[in-house]
Amino acid sequence: MKEHSVFQFVNDARVRGILAQVALLAFAVFCIGWLVSNTAQNFEDQDKSLGFGFLVQAAGFQIAPTLGTWLFDYEAGVSTYWDVYFIGIVNTLLVAALGVVAATIIGFLMGVMRLSQNLILRSFATVYVEVLRNIPLLLQLFFWYFTVLRALPDKRGKVELLPGVVSVNLEGLFLPYPIWQSGAGVAGVIMLVALGAIWAVNRRSQQRQLLTGHPLPFWRIAGGILLGALAVIWLSVGVPFEWSLPVFKETGPILRRGFQGDTAIVVIPEMLAVWFALTLYTAAFIAEIVRSGIMAVSKGQSEASVAMGMTRGQTLRLVVIPQALRVIIPPLTSQYLNLTKNSSLAVAIAYPELVSIFAGTAMNNVGKEIEMVGMMMCVYLTFSLLTSFFMNWFNKRAMLVER
Amino acid sequence: MKKLLTFAIAAGAMAITGLASAATLDDVRTKGYVQCGVSQGLPGFSNADDSGNWTGIDVDLCRAVAAAIFGDGDKVRFTPLSAKQRFTALSSGEIDILSRNTTWTMTRDTQLGLNFAGVNYYDGQGMMVPSGLGVKSAMELDGANICTNTGTTTELNITDFFRSNKMSFNLVAFEKADEVVAAYDAGRCDVYTTDRSALAAQRTKLTDPNAHKVLPEIISKEPLGPVVRQGDDQWFNIVRWTLNALINAEELGVTQSNVQSMKNSDNPAIKRLLGTEGNFGEELGLENNWAANAIQAVGNYAESYEKTVAPLGLARGVNALWSAGGIMYAPPVR
Ligand SMILES: N[C@@H](CCC(=O)N[C@@H](CS)C(=O)NCC(=O)O)C(=O)O
Repeated sequence: MKEHSVFQFVNDARVRGILAQVALLAFAVFCIGWLVSNTAQNFEDQDKSLGFGFLVQAAGFQIAPTLGTWLFDYEAGVSTYWDVYFIGIVNTLLVAALGVVAATIIGFLMGVMRLSQNLILRSFATVYVEVLRNIPLLLQLFFWYFTVLRALPDKRGKVELLPGVVSVNLEGLFLPYPIWQSGAGVAGVIMLVALGAIWAVNRRSQQRQLLTGHPLPFWRIAGGILLGALAVIWLSVGVPFEWSLPVFKETGPILRRGFQGDTAIVVIPEMLAVWFALTLYTAAFIAEIVRSGIMAVSKGQSEASVAMGMTRGQTLRLVVIPQALRVIIPPLTSQYLNLTKNSSLAVAIAYPELVSIFAGTAMNNVGKEIEMVGMMMCVYLTFSLLTSFFMNWFNKRAMLVER
Repeated sequence: MKKLLTFAIAAGAMAITGLASAATLDDVRTKGYVQCGVSQGLPGFSNADDSGNWTGIDVDLCRAVAAAIFGDGDKVRFTPLSAKQRFTALSSGEIDILSRNTTWTMTRDTQLGLNFAGVNYYDGQGMMVPSGLGVKSAMELDGANICTNTGTTTELNITDFFRSNKMSFNLVAFEKADEVVAAYDAGRCDVYTTDRSALAAQRTKLTDPNAHKVLPEIISKEPLGPVVRQGDDQWFNIVRWTLNALINAEELGVTQSNVQSMKNSDNPAIKRLLGTEGNFGEELGLENNWAANAIQAVGNYAESYEKTVAPLGLARGVNALWSAGGIMYAPPVR
């Protein structure tokens, strides 16, 4: 009798489910406890302690000139490990953002080209996708870096891309930068107002199209507003900035020759190589996503729109892509996340991003592995969550296109 | 379910006892080999040939430790590590000894949970430039682009040097030494800086080694030596005294070829070293012929040096014995 009831008890799916969950929880707690106690023991054995005091210590190493070092005014021996952390974050974000934009453009282009009726375009895109997807990213990184390096003259020479304005050599790409003059603030406000007006016109035009089927001549109006704004700025404050052009020295101490860093924006070759490699590699994956997204839109849709007299371009832009986006966006999100994570390979070619300078150089000097890896995980987690939130929001918008 | 739980608890308990309190020597004995962290390829110190045989003065030290424990210098496995990875690999237990041209500094000794077991090469940081630049001294390097490795003392020293001399410079720091060489060779940098011994080794990898020259300045002290985890005194002693044994062997004239016959020497210092007198090996937790085995496997310090570092063109210099004008000095076995 008793045996019977125990048997029943165990046979009850609900009870069994609860039991399994309790066991799993116990196991998880046990594992975490084990990790913690083991870590504590090892810390004690090796005479280490936890703490974030190191963050306010000065970092004694130099970091290559990048957006991060410029933003935080990095100076070796004066700036702290906090600065190093933020410089790492900024530099990672910079290549990630540039990479996402460029990879999306190239990826969409290649994806559409793969479905093109033009044999040459189609074959080019196919070869591109097949080759770049199948070569390990690290190799591509080295390829771009060392190809770029081998192709360029050293810092006492230059290749002028736009004579006197944009040049490149082994030290990097030298771009002019604007020096803002007194009227810059006023000019900025005027530009903002103009952009706001253009946005309003765009909304108005869409509403009208919904009601009457006839949009406003949006591009013409927008162009007019922009020109008007520029004219107002010019009449009121003149040209509100001056260009600082890169200065190139051919005399003086031999190591001081070449472009003078403080006269230009310098994009170091390490950064360019990381950007190229991440972009081209990720674009190959995006191309495939775009292609399958477009193929998922039923053929009847494009046939119908052609029948209605739309051109192939219009069909693609107005009918196919908006529908394909719903299929494209989720996998696209994970490509963006991959790109961000892959940027940590940059340590191989000396681009100072987060993993390289914080989890690498800095960790080697202060040895706070747990704290530093934790801080780094927070950053990547935040990037991931933000990207996901944004893409989910975008996805919802794309969904509404369906009626 | 119950079985699974019992199993999990048993496995967990085993893991705790296994990981938290194991002595490295017991671990090594159970595994049957010493796991030794080395560089990713630095001729003279630790370098693998095409068939995966490791040679170098740092490699010899690991082989000597293996021989002292197992009587066989081949009972060692190598883990190539970049400068950036090396300390984490050691403190996480991935390797038993770090023998990878690592500079002994106070931070590393006191803050990273590590212990330096001695010095097997006294070095200093140098700089190399293309001869074509016409630079004669490090004081002319204002404005230079400098290539080096991340996670090294090199990075810190060069920053100090330029700061204290009020000169400007850009640092391009790579994770792997091969990339440093390639970038410097391609002209990305005006200067390649690292330990002088490593400069001599890496120079051989340049397209035209003769088109470069090493500047006269030595800007730092780089005592390189083997490292172990803090908190295991026995293991620390084994590594420290294996190194001392090799240096003492040179001083006492014990070599790879005469080590067996020297066991019958009349010199009590030699007898103590080789285990025919006293109980030194057992006090370490090893056999009494531990040092004899180590010497048999790799030779004494001088023999090891001649085989490994000397071919780079590096004379003994400060690394000669104290009795021969250098500073290489090992405490006595007694
Ligand atoms: N002795 C210095 C530098 C050691 C170091 O890593 N040097 C590099 C530059 S030659 C190296 O050995 N690389 C060899 C490799 O790639 O593993 C330190 O301990 O920080």
